[in-house]
Amino acid sequence: MTPLVAFRDVQKTYRSLQGVDDMAVEHFDVEIEAGEFFCLLGPSGCGKTTVLKMLAGFEAPTAGEILMQGRPVTGASRDRGVVFQGDDSLYGWLTAVENVEFGLRMRHVPKAARRERAMRYLDLVGLRGQGQKYPAELSGGMKQRIQLARALVNEPTMLLMDEPFAALDAQTRALMQAELASLWRTTRTTVLFITHDIDEAVTLGTRIGVMRAGPRSQVKGVIDVALDGARSRTDDAFLRYYKQVYEMIRDEVAKSIARTD
Amino acid sequence: MPSRRLRRLWSRYGGYMVGFVSLFLLWHLASVYLVSSVLFPPPMIVLRKGLLLIRTGVLLEHLWASIQRILAGFIAGSLLGIPIGLAMGSFRPVRKLLEPYTEFLRFIPSVAMITVAVIWFGIGEASKIFLIIYTTIFIVILNTAAGVSAIAANKIRAAQALGATRTQIFFHVALPATVPYILTGMRLAMANSFTTIVAAELIAANEGLGKMLWDGRMFMLVDDIFVSLVTLGLLGFVVDRMFRWSIYTFAGKYSPAT
Repeated sequence: MTPLVAFRDVQKTYRSLQGVDDMAVEHFDVEIEAGEFFCLLGPSGCGKTTVLKMLAGFEAPTAGEILMQGRPVTGASRDRGVVFQGDDSLYGWLTAVENVEFGLRMRHVPKAARRERAMRYLDLVGLRGQGQKYPAELSGGMKQRIQLARALVNEPTMLLMDEPFAALDAQTRALMQAELASLWRTTRTTVLFITHDIDEAVTLGTRIGVMRAGPRSQVKGVIDVALDGARSRTDDAFLRYYKQVYEMIRDEVAKSIARTD
Repeated sequence: MPSRRLRRLWSRYGGYMVGFVSLFLLWHLASVYLVSSVLFPPPMIVLRKGLLLIRTGVLLEHLWASIQRILAGFIAGSLLGIPIGLAMGSFRPVRKLLEPYTEFLRFIPSVAMITVAVIWFGIGEASKIFLIIYTTIFIVILNTAAGVSAIAANKIRAAQALGATRTQIFFHVALPATVPYILTGMRLAMANSFTTIVAAELIAANEGLGKMLWDGRMFMLVDDIFVSLVTLGLLGFVVDRMFRWSIYTFAGKYSPAT
């Protein structure tokens, strides 16, 4: 069976301002099956966001191919919903509920129907009663909830999340992780989740792809996380996975720091 | 209750009122004790003359003439400038093509264009409106184009991933995200329009606040000159407040930051 997403020997080169080519990723191979929560974990600067941008269709690979349901990705499409790291993707002139229904409005879903669906998804992400507020009036965690609802209401085939909780404080982050995990357990939407946080990856992922230090990064190894239901950070199994991932990524983080210094 | 409302009014407008009072007080002191000449009348005399000119209808006639010209040129200039700025900000070839025009013409001050405008359009309304359009359009174009290029890439990407077409992205993302920049450009253009209209009316006009200044000089009506100056100041202040208010109201939600 063809996987939902397949990266085949993908390479991405950026030209710097000095005209020198920087290869962000090289020989990048990953397959993601439908229903997976795939965490792509790597040190900063390893090109994990580049991978997400290419799958989203915002940027084209320099070489290799990215297939979704067997067809090459040629551009952005509403079958791949995106949740961005910061809040600059939200539309500050629209209220929370208007942000959420943006995709439906672009598809000319009648007003009453789209409002009803948007409200349902606001409830789902825990923003009941906040729909009439503007993004600027909401906290960082709430803004990420709007982004999540805005992507989900569009019913994408898969969700791409680019370190969505990285800018939040520790408590909010833990809460959002728990809520996302329970949301995922009910919807089973396929997710590609980018993170640099081992704890986050083990908390959320069904599989964790560990990347090498950039540049010319690729996947070093993939770990299956056989944990079901709500996960506890103090479980022995959780700690075993944490340790396994940690040992795989430790050298890469050291390399990445040495290169940036 | 009324005391709380008073306190709020005070905290909002108190500083302004003190500032204005001190301005007129300083003027009064300078005029009466420092200069004490008919060439620098104190505020009370200017006020009395202003009221007289309002009663006879002369002041309003001049004021209305200037306002009409500013509004006509300013609105036309903005209506032309906004789409051009949007196109320049959105499409690189358009920007390359039009930048020589904007970058060349905006350095020729509108005041320098007065002579040409009068030769081309005569001393009637057409030359004044041309000059106001000229002084408005480049600032509006520049600010609008800058606003378009300042849109966060993720706003566009999010819309693409939500299935919006290019046209939809333009009208539902790029345009609203640019509104605060457009308004700022218009506000700056309005200030320029004041300079331009007075200069144009000084040189060639039958009525207007600039003409009033010129007549005042010709007939040594110093009080009239000061009435015109104060009117210009007040008019500018009121118009700018209106702009600030509308920017604040719209930009509250149209804020470029979020």
